[in-house]
Amino acid sequence: MALKGNLRDVGLNQLLNLIYLAHKTGALTVQNEDAAGKARLYFKEGRLIHAAVDGQDARLTDVMVKVGKLTPDQAKAVRSRSRVDTDKELGLLMIQNGMLNQKDIVQGVKNYLLETVYQLFTWRAGQFRFEPNELPPEERITVAVNLDHLIIEGSRRVQEWEQLRDELPDLDVPLRFADRPDTNLRSINLSVEQWKVISFINARNTIRQIANFLKVDEFQIRRIVYGLQSAGLVDVLATSPARPPTPIVPAQPVGRGVLLRVIDRLRHI
Amino acid sequence: MQTVKMVVTGPFNSGKTSFIGSVSEIPVVHTERKITDSTRSVKEQTTVAMDFGRITIDNDLALYLFGTPGQKRFDFMWEILSEGMLGFVVLVDSARPETFREARRILDTFRGYSPTPFVIAANKQDDEDAWPAEDLKIALGLDQDVRVLPCIATQKESVKNILLELLYVILENAPEEKSPARKN
Repeated sequence: MALKGNLRDVGLNQLLNLIYLAHKTGALTVQNEDAAGKARLYFKEGRLIHAAVDGQDARLTDVMVKVGKLTPDQAKAVRSRSRVDTDKELGLLMIQNGMLNQKDIVQGVKNYLLETVYQLFTWRAGQFRFEPNELPPEERITVAVNLDHLIIEGSRRVQEWEQLRDELPDLDVPLRFADRPDTNLRSINLSVEQWKVISFINARNTIRQIANFLKVDEFQIRRIVYGLQSAGLVDVLATSPARPPTPIVPAQPVGRGVLLRVIDRLRHI
Repeated sequence: MQTVKMVVTGPFNSGKTSFIGSVSEIPVVHTERKITDSTRSVKEQTTVAMDFGRITIDNDLALYLFGTPGQKRFDFMWEILSEGMLGFVVLVDSARPETFREARRILDTFRGYSPTPFVIAANKQDDEDAWPAEDLKIALGLDQDVRVLPCIATQKESVKNILLELLYVILENAPEEKSPARKN
């Protein structure tokens, strides 16, 4: 049974955690919704073993170029000498020609896998699908990467986004210009985006409305507004704090006898 | 007559009304209204106040099932419905991962009310897109000891199993009854 969903609802970190804890084998395909981009990650018994981005084949020569271990010319030369297009053959040629050793290749593939997945952590929305038991093409080399460290680093990157959300939890509030005479406006340089936001500040426009009008996503608008706030230029109008939940009166303890009567009756309905 | 109460909660369209309807001996009393907002595309009517079902246990005892309204703007009702409950079921639509976060939020809210036993029902397991219960447990970030059970709310046997599992959890947590004092 394939697991399907959207990264908006189940984040990449949660997905990797699920694959890691359940020791899953299969292929995870993710399609970025905010920008063009597609990735396919392969896992074996809860470990990442191969990755391909944007429909590319991720041949070993391409991978080594991406991680800076080969130049494009070297990669081209290796491919031209290869009789069959398998990573094993390409790797042997790299070693025989003294370009790389086995350790370089393994480390290069690992770095490529890590960087590919780190890149995916910036994708906040997009359809995903996990196909169980699907493995990478046989001609591709696989290097197993443990997911635990990857998940920790991913969490750190997600945390950055969450910090911004904590700083600015509510987007349905208006902004106002800060009344701080001590702010040295001459020393502040604003970006084009910040100027655009400033031009919409008034008591009627909420942050979300400004974002919608300027067609910027929640992450971007939070970053812009947080920058303006930190510079002392704008204030966010506070909203009323949420009412704390009233403690519920606990149920009167029900005896085990009553529970057993309910269980017995339910079994026979 | 003594009554005991259980609450069935979960996100909008997770199957609460069907769940109660599958086992209630009376037609489920519910307050449904035409939906007027963007959720209309999912279903035409929703529960705005509560569902209410009953199972007579014997001459002196009845089990009441209360379903909470699924839409967020009616969550002020949750506290009222939760008072005096023995335990609760969180229904999750296993085929709609976009509701998992909401399900977790509802669970946390109910756990915040009082330390009441609960189970998670991974509903709509007959849907080909349904996430298996074990995967759902991980996706919801639940502890290993939380019971996440496969469920099809339209099937009586399946609902019975969920309620029985909840009762077993309640039983595990119930205080031992004192034996009557012996007369000398």
